[in-house]
Amino acid sequence: MLTQKEIFATIEMIDRQHLDIRTITMGISLLSCCDADAKKACDKIYDKITRSAENLVRVGEEIEHEFGIPIVNKRISVTPMALVAAASECEDYVPFALTLDRAAKTCGVNFIGGYSALVQKGMTTADEKLIRSIPEALDRTDLVCSSVNVGSTRAGINMDAVALMGEIIKETAERTRDRDGLGCAKLVVFCNAVEDNPFMAGAFHGVGEAEKVINVGVSGPGVVHHALQSVKGAPFDVVAETVKKTAFRVTRMGQLVAQEASKRLDTPFGIVDLSLAPTPAVGDSVARILEEMGLEVCGTHGTTAALALLNDAVKKGGVMASSSVGGLSGAFIPVSEDEGMIAAAQSGVLTLDKLEAMTCVCSVGLDMIAVPGDTSAETVAAIIADEAAIGMINNKTTAVRLLPVPGKQVGDSIEMGGLLGSAPVMPVHSESSADFIARGGRIPAPLHSLRN
Amino acid sequence: MNAIVSVLGRDKVGITAAVCVKMADYQINILDISMTVMQGNFTMIMVVDLEKMTAPFGEVVDACDALGKELGVSIRIQRQEIFDAMHEI
Repeated sequence: MLTQKEIFATIEMIDRQHLDIRTITMGISLLSCCDADAKKACDKIYDKITRSAENLVRVGEEIEHEFGIPIVNKRISVTPMALVAAASECEDYVPFALTLDRAAKTCGVNFIGGYSALVQKGMTTADEKLIRSIPEALDRTDLVCSSVNVGSTRAGINMDAVALMGEIIKETAERTRDRDGLGCAKLVVFCNAVEDNPFMAGAFHGVGEAEKVINVGVSGPGVVHHALQSVKGAPFDVVAETVKKTAFRVTRMGQLVAQEASKRLDTPFGIVDLSLAPTPAVGDSVARILEEMGLEVCGTHGTTAALALLNDAVKKGGVMASSSVGGLSGAFIPVSEDEGMIAAAQSGVLTLDKLEAMTCVCSVGLDMIAVPGDTSAETVAAIIADEAAIGMINNKTTAVRLLPVPGKQVGDSIEMGGLLGSAPVMPVHSESSADFIARGGRIPAPLHSLRN
Repeated sequence: MNAIVSVLGRDKVGITAAVCVKMADYQINILDISMTVMQGNFTMIMVVDLEKMTAPFGEVVDACDALGKELGVSIRIQRQEIFDAMHEI
């Protein structure tokens, strides 16, 4: 039997500690939409998405109402578009992005992910066409998110793709110059991308997935922060236990919502992604959790250890709460989307190099970081290479979502609004990496990729 | 299907009565009720049965919200599963 204390604890988590379901994401396979005629393929894509996800937003809102838990985003992820478009005899892939955008708007979702290519070992003609179309695609659409996987532990790092992505990110920023390079906020470069991630901008529906599937991403940095406030000064084993218990509760809520959505949408349940996903709201920050452990400002010495504990305890607590855990699962450290990270970056304590170290132990990578507009494509590519190397060697997903903001310098800051937040422009090293990037080829997979 | 009705706010005459009448309006049966007043703050938890409820859930949520505004308290109705999920293994 529930006690009054438990009931009010839940209500307080939702009301005051920003507990929410961050996203219900419907993954839809578009492999059945391939057609030699690009126009026909686009029509099939539009029909399949709008038919499959027609009730997604309505059901999400119903669940929100009945359970009294906010569901912040309803999203769609689709098969990496390079695979679908490869069948069509055309040079320009932008119409595929416009089709995704139109379908997303018809369904009323917040974002659609999957304008993607997987090129960790090599690029097909279609992959290259898609990648080269990304700047225009992100400029001309509102809701489309794009991702490119350039490396994996099994395949190594495709340095030709890394070099190309440096240029593509710069071009995307330039094309969306009037919006402070906002296009780059919808573009992620991955190493070890996962096929069932419900979070944007990196969500796509992997080829190993079913026809359609429901994945749910939970959140809850505020709840963890609040729980840790009650164990001030206690040893780390107590901290870890407290995070685990809190993550368990949060994930149980995600599991319930996922099952309910799956039932009502008559779509199989995929995974719960048990991530701590911050927002720019005060009291919803991962950085503040790290500071609660005893750090004066996030980014100072000890931050990586604090994050390692947090990331691990979140997984341990969440894994028992869900029948199927997947996606990225862990603590996200996006700078612009986290009030504490923004403050730490503004104060100069949190630097790009420290963030890179933190990505060795967080769930993803360098995320939503504004850098000066005059950062060269080669430097962007070299940052991607470093991050991909961390992912490749450590058997984990890493990602880069950088915003080289046109016309902005260190000391400036950009406002993106909503969940994307605001970002101080952070310095990068000015010494050149151009000759390194110009080599091209492939960084071989590490020895531990040979596991069979 | 059961739900939890929770009421929080400053105490005054008639809160419990008004909430109970609202439940009766929608044919919602009250199974359990507990309330306390501490330092002028009123808290009430009701477990209710929605089996014979005469309106869609969303409409009842909105009606509770409106009644709460009228009485100057917060009234919410949520399906019980969310509390069970969070607090029971």
